[in-house]
Amino acid sequence: MSFKISIDGKTIDVVEGTTVLEAARKLNIDIPTLCHHPKLTPFGGCRLCIVDIKGIPRPVTSCTTPVSEGMEVTTSNPEIERLRKTILELILSDHPYECMTCERAGDCTLQELAYFYGIKDNRLTGERRLYSKRDGNPFIERELEKCIMCGKCVRVCDQVQGVSAIDFGYRGFDTKICTPFERNLDCEFCGQCVAVCPSGALTGKAWQQKGREIGVREVETTCSYCGCGCNLTLHVKGNEVIRIDSKEDTINEGWLCVKGRFSYSFINSPDRLTKPLIRIAPKESSEFGLRPMGVRSSEYNSAVGSQHSALFREASWDEALDYIAEKLKAIKEKHGPDAIAGLSSARCTNEENYLFQKFIRAAAGTNNIDHCARL
Amino acid sequence: MAGLANVFGSGAMSNSMLEIENNNLMFVIGSNTTETHPIVGLKMKKAVKRGAKLIVADPRKINLVKFADLWLQQRPGTDVALLNTIMHVILREGLEDKEFIKNYTENFENFRGSLAEFTPEIGEKITGVPKEKIIKAALMYGEADKAGIYYTMGMTQHTHGTDNVYAVANLALMTGNLGKESAGVNPLRGQNNVQGASDMGCLPNVYPGYQKVDNLASKEKFEKEWGAKLSDKPGLTVTEITDAAINGSIKAVYIMGENPVLSDPDQSHTVKGLSSLDFLVVQDIFLTETAELADVVLPATCYAEKDGTFTNTERRVQRVRKAVEPPGDAKEDSWIITELSRRMGYEMTYHHIEDVAHETGRVWPAFSGITYNRIEKLGIQWPCPTKDHPGTSYLFKGGFPRGKGLFTSVNYKPSAELPDVEYPFILSTGRQLFQYHTGSMTRRTPAIETIAGQAYVEISPEDAEALGIKDGQVIRVSSRRGSIEIASKVSDRPLKGMVFIPFHFKEAAANVLTNTAVDPVCKIPELKVCAVRIEA
Amino acid sequence: MSNVTIKVCMGPGGIASGGPEVISAFETELKQADIPAEIHKGCSLHKVGCFGLCSKDVLVDLIIDGKKTTYQYVKPDMVRQIVNEHIVGGKAIHEWLVNKDYYNFYRKQIKVVLSDCGIIDYDSIDSYITGSGYKAAEKVIASMRPEDVTAIIKRSGLRGRGGAGFPTGVKWEAAGKQVSNQKYIICNADEGDPGAFMDRAVIEGNPHIVIEGMIIGAYAIGADKGYVYIRAEYPLAVERLKKALSDAKNKGFLGDKIFGSKFSFDIKIKLGAGAFVCGEETALIASIEGQRGMPRAKPPFPVYQGLWGKPTVINNVETLANVPYIVRNGAEWFSSMGTEKSKGTKVFALTGKIKNSGLIEVPMGITLREIIYEIGGGIEGGKALKAVQTGGPSGGCIPAEMLDINVDYESLAKAGSIVGSGGMIVLDEDDCMVNIAKYFLSFTQAESCGKCVPCRIGTKRLLEILERITKGEGKESDLELMESLGNDVKATSLCGLGQTAPNPILSTMKYFRHEYEAHIRDKKCPAKVCRDLITYSVIEDTCSGCGACMRACPAKAITGEKKKPHYINQELCIKCGACFDVCKFKSIKRD
Repeated sequence: MSFKISIDGKTIDVVEGTTVLEAARKLNIDIPTLCHHPKLTPFGGCRLCIVDIKGIPRPVTSCTTPVSEGMEVTTSNPEIERLRKTILELILSDHPYECMTCERAGDCTLQELAYFYGIKDNRLTGERRLYSKRDGNPFIERELEKCIMCGKCVRVCDQVQGVSAIDFGYRGFDTKICTPFERNLDCEFCGQCVAVCPSGALTGKAWQQKGREIGVREVETTCSYCGCGCNLTLHVKGNEVIRIDSKEDTINEGWLCVKGRFSYSFINSPDRLTKPLIRIAPKESSEFGLRPMGVRSSEYNSAVGSQHSALFREASWDEALDYIAEKLKAIKEKHGPDAIAGLSSARCTNEENYLFQKFIRAAAGTNNIDHCARL
Repeated sequence: MAGLANVFGSGAMSNSMLEIENNNLMFVIGSNTTETHPIVGLKMKKAVKRGAKLIVADPRKINLVKFADLWLQQRPGTDVALLNTIMHVILREGLEDKEFIKNYTENFENFRGSLAEFTPEIGEKITGVPKEKIIKAALMYGEADKAGIYYTMGMTQHTHGTDNVYAVANLALMTGNLGKESAGVNPLRGQNNVQGASDMGCLPNVYPGYQKVDNLASKEKFEKEWGAKLSDKPGLTVTEITDAAINGSIKAVYIMGENPVLSDPDQSHTVKGLSSLDFLVVQDIFLTETAELADVVLPATCYAEKDGTFTNTERRVQRVRKAVEPPGDAKEDSWIITELSRRMGYEMTYHHIEDVAHETGRVWPAFSGITYNRIEKLGIQWPCPTKDHPGTSYLFKGGFPRGKGLFTSVNYKPSAELPDVEYPFILSTGRQLFQYHTGSMTRRTPAIETIAGQAYVEISPEDAEALGIKDGQVIRVSSRRGSIEIASKVSDRPLKGMVFIPFHFKEAAANVLTNTAVDPVCKIPELKVCAVRIEA
Repeated sequence: MSNVTIKVCMGPGGIASGGPEVISAFETELKQADIPAEIHKGCSLHKVGCFGLCSKDVLVDLIIDGKKTTYQYVKPDMVRQIVNEHIVGGKAIHEWLVNKDYYNFYRKQIKVVLSDCGIIDYDSIDSYITGSGYKAAEKVIASMRPEDVTAIIKRSGLRGRGGAGFPTGVKWEAAGKQVSNQKYIICNADEGDPGAFMDRAVIEGNPHIVIEGMIIGAYAIGADKGYVYIRAEYPLAVERLKKALSDAKNKGFLGDKIFGSKFSFDIKIKLGAGAFVCGEETALIASIEGQRGMPRAKPPFPVYQGLWGKPTVINNVETLANVPYIVRNGAEWFSSMGTEKSKGTKVFALTGKIKNSGLIEVPMGITLREIIYEIGGGIEGGKALKAVQTGGPSGGCIPAEMLDINVDYESLAKAGSIVGSGGMIVLDEDDCMVNIAKYFLSFTQAESCGKCVPCRIGTKRLLEILERITKGEGKESDLELMESLGNDVKATSLCGLGQTAPNPILSTMKYFRHEYEAHIRDKKCPAKVCRDLITYSVIEDTCSGCGACMRACPAKAITGEKKKPHYINQELCIKCGACFDVCKFKSIKRD
């Protein structure tokens, strides 16, 4: 069923079940909100999206109100704007003014609304919630004082991730987002909560002081972990990827996993190979031994560095490539093309894989080409 | 993939990720989806929320079980028996799609006979799943209108992996769950571009687009396009290459971006193979365990340092874009390959990386319609034969590439190495959520290492108690091929008598233990079942 | 042989005053060897629910051959004498009997919901059936169509007794019209207003009336599952309800195909965990579903999408308890009581500075004056009435000048208060209205679920303003700010809790603005309640120097020599008032 409704004098036909907020957005009418997320169930907590509907004596939240036939909606008038300002004053009266150093400054819905509503002198100052820091995870930086209790993190964790690691706890002014009974966090660290947080309450630990808006470029690309092919937005400052997130209008709807969102520091790892290497150690002596158990990556990395110079010397590209070409040609001549094999990579691009098999087939002359599809 | 190619004529995921949301029923078998394909997992959870039914068949109590209507905990390696029993019941109840079978398939009558012996009683005996549950699964799947099957390596990494895939295909064919939306047979691809690497012909028997190397017409087409004489002799697979290196028939191997020392079964066998070579070139972004064995190591670029495309599990070709400059003298793989080729006397000239994609489109019609311009915002799913074709969200609409869908009779075969007195436990290997493959990327993220930096072996509480093993205790796990020390994780996830080790950890590498026995068709090693011994 | 029935009040007040001990005293005394066998045989002892006049508890009815006498303030040590003199000897003990207060208390009351309360044995389903128990439910199921049942309720004019006063029949009708494979009826017994115990008394005194009401409601809307959502802090009500449910099930009144019909209906108890907001229907639903009790926006209303997304009717205990009586006696009987728009009776918990405090049931439209001065017997200690707080934390204060107001939904709402669930707190000249407002606001603030901004932070800011006013730190602009913020919180809050939380402030500001102004401008609390605004000093002229105040002072703030005027050190004084209370010569000044 479809309903004809009017919003600020503009009419629109929308299907049954559409909310007033959704209908307004279709008409490009902007209604402020902090707790609404199009992929999550309506919440109605921030109360900023209130509108007047003809025939209803009090303002209603547009995010929770379904349309009905003939509805006449007013999204803005002096009284509605005054109430919105009061609500913002209330939120800000319990919020630290730390925009100078906040990770989210410039990308913060609350900051933006405070700016638009011009809240300079707050009539409603009072006690603020203060917490002693409880820092139990290496991925997500929590600053609970900045939490505006919009509940998006709670909903995304339950409705999208199906984990329900967090919920509202306590009551009244003491209400906060925490684990059930404040037990230890049981979390998949997907960071969906970080992605939907409208303030600086949840950010990535790895993002801190790496860059906000100025000088940060966004590059759209595809994740290089599993086969889902999530679309990523790499945030790049200088020559460094400083943050990864994803946009809502992608095949993955903006959702990512712990690897896609948080595991990118390998890009700028000091362990990266930077020069062609040619073996100096004789092959027999290249004793392959597994490193002892319990060696963590940091120790492991330094171990690589030291082994590297014992096994290889650095070479120029010309030297390395000529050397390889010469060796392969010799082997092909002596043993035939089928003595050569190539292993391509499920991690590389289509183009690289195409070139690699073309090289093996056309240049080396063999069909001994495979990759790890089976593993 | 060869399995599906044989019965349908194409070996990719038949349907799309987006369609999962609208499934009426999902049958997830041998896939720990929420950990190995987290975003596919989210779509499944979304479908469950919308009212779709979920059947999970897995020897481990994986996270998805929490969302499932029915969980079948089969013994590792008994999938054929489980699936055949389900099909037996579907036929017994008359739930097969007779129209579909008649119009779109062949060999059904022959195949029907092969199910006769798989009564629920027999099924229960082989799989360990109570027959009531098998029957319930059969009714649920058989009665569902849009039923999708999802599987990964839990099905394929067996010596009878191809049989498993045939059985899955039979089930979908029998119920007409192919060629329509939100149904199908969906192997979830484990790596970002494993679909693309296969599509691009990085397989020993086919050129790009699955065109057989021993087909004369194909060979001539590629010889013409590439201007070179080509061999019509199918090449060797990864596992065969290792064997051939040991017996001396392979002398040189060029590895681009792979780490077989950690990813392949029986590590000492792999190392022996690679060490026996006259010449080994490894091109990678880190000095991996494999690179350490190389004669020449070439510094390459990671995904953030180059342009190109990946093809995801649902055949969607998507852009990869350069975000940062590579470190030091590291070079893009495409530059390295073309430079090397030139020095080998074979010139490959491309002005832009997209030219390679255009060439792919020329030799493989399913790719012809895909240009970078078209996938600027959203990727396109092949087949996409023309520039105005929207791409294909699900395959087999109105028929199969090979003509008709082929029913293939398969019989239950035990795994190659079963537990015995000396090695009484079944070992399965696989992935976990936080680490990725051989860990060369994820293990360099300190936060990941804090949460999941330690190797472990999952063992059931009953087995742990019987062996006097406490949670976290370092124990020894040994097989006929090797032995590792590893921390125990006492967990209700594995079936009693079974242990599970994620293979990401070099310091306690699961592949020291695994068996090199492979599936005879696909040559996939049996990483999901081998026999081990546990010592406290 | 005489027939003796003893009924001991085991309502909330009865139990608190020692009812169980009185019962066991009767049990012991009746076993005495010297009681004649025929008396012993004809004697039965009953535990019954609330009599109503809790301030006189323990109340005991003694019915000998149909003649009822009532004892008040019964203590266990009085029982032997009652047994010996009255039961055996046949002579009542007059000085222990109830007096005219007791009869005045009941004179203006009309008992419907409470008509069997204090009469029948709450633990005995047969006791309930002996009246006309379960007849209404049986009749409805056997001979009426669901829509006819709804029509009766609609015609009766019954409105929700939980607070909002929504017409019950309209609610049932909407739910009845919904097409669904599953519907629910929920009894809201999450009574949380401070000082309110109406629902508790009904469930404890006559649990079957609620069950019967639910059966009728379930039949009318087509629900086969019901829940009683009851706070866990009512263990006795829960226990009695559990027993009643199991008795009803055994009789075939609940379960499959009840009363031998095709209609099936069963009831489950769900315990609330102490959150006030769970009395709000959407929060209550969330709580039953296992979620945190947080309200959600309406629409959709629960009659369309309620428990587990299915059509759900939620009625308060008292509402449901009216239903069987309406079915038994007819819609017209019910609508003959009350006013034009507020029909029937209402139960109130009458407390505060009132002589006869307890549970009362009055016809809608009775004046406040009748309740306070006739039923309640006036103000304690002959002090002056200042105001009556109705409706609990969501309600407001009616000033003494408006004593002739009719107590019904419309009139109270017009005066800035509400009927609410039925709390009625009487305030006298010693009560500070600013402090009263602060008390209720601190309650709602603490009980806010925290979901919406105006309720979570707005009530906190309002409370902070009240706190500074009562500390003498209020600013002139605070009044305007409170009024404006209070109205904004009402206008923008998500659920009834926040939408009504400012009422205690706004109504006291409306009628007692001068008290606020005195706190702010003069830094004085006229009622002398707000500690920070009071000073205690010694009136030297009349001080006898007896030293009583010095001994009573816990802060050692008073010094002085014997027989000479004492002195209070204001630095040390904690304003506890112990000196004021102890001084026999009225020589301590409080201002």
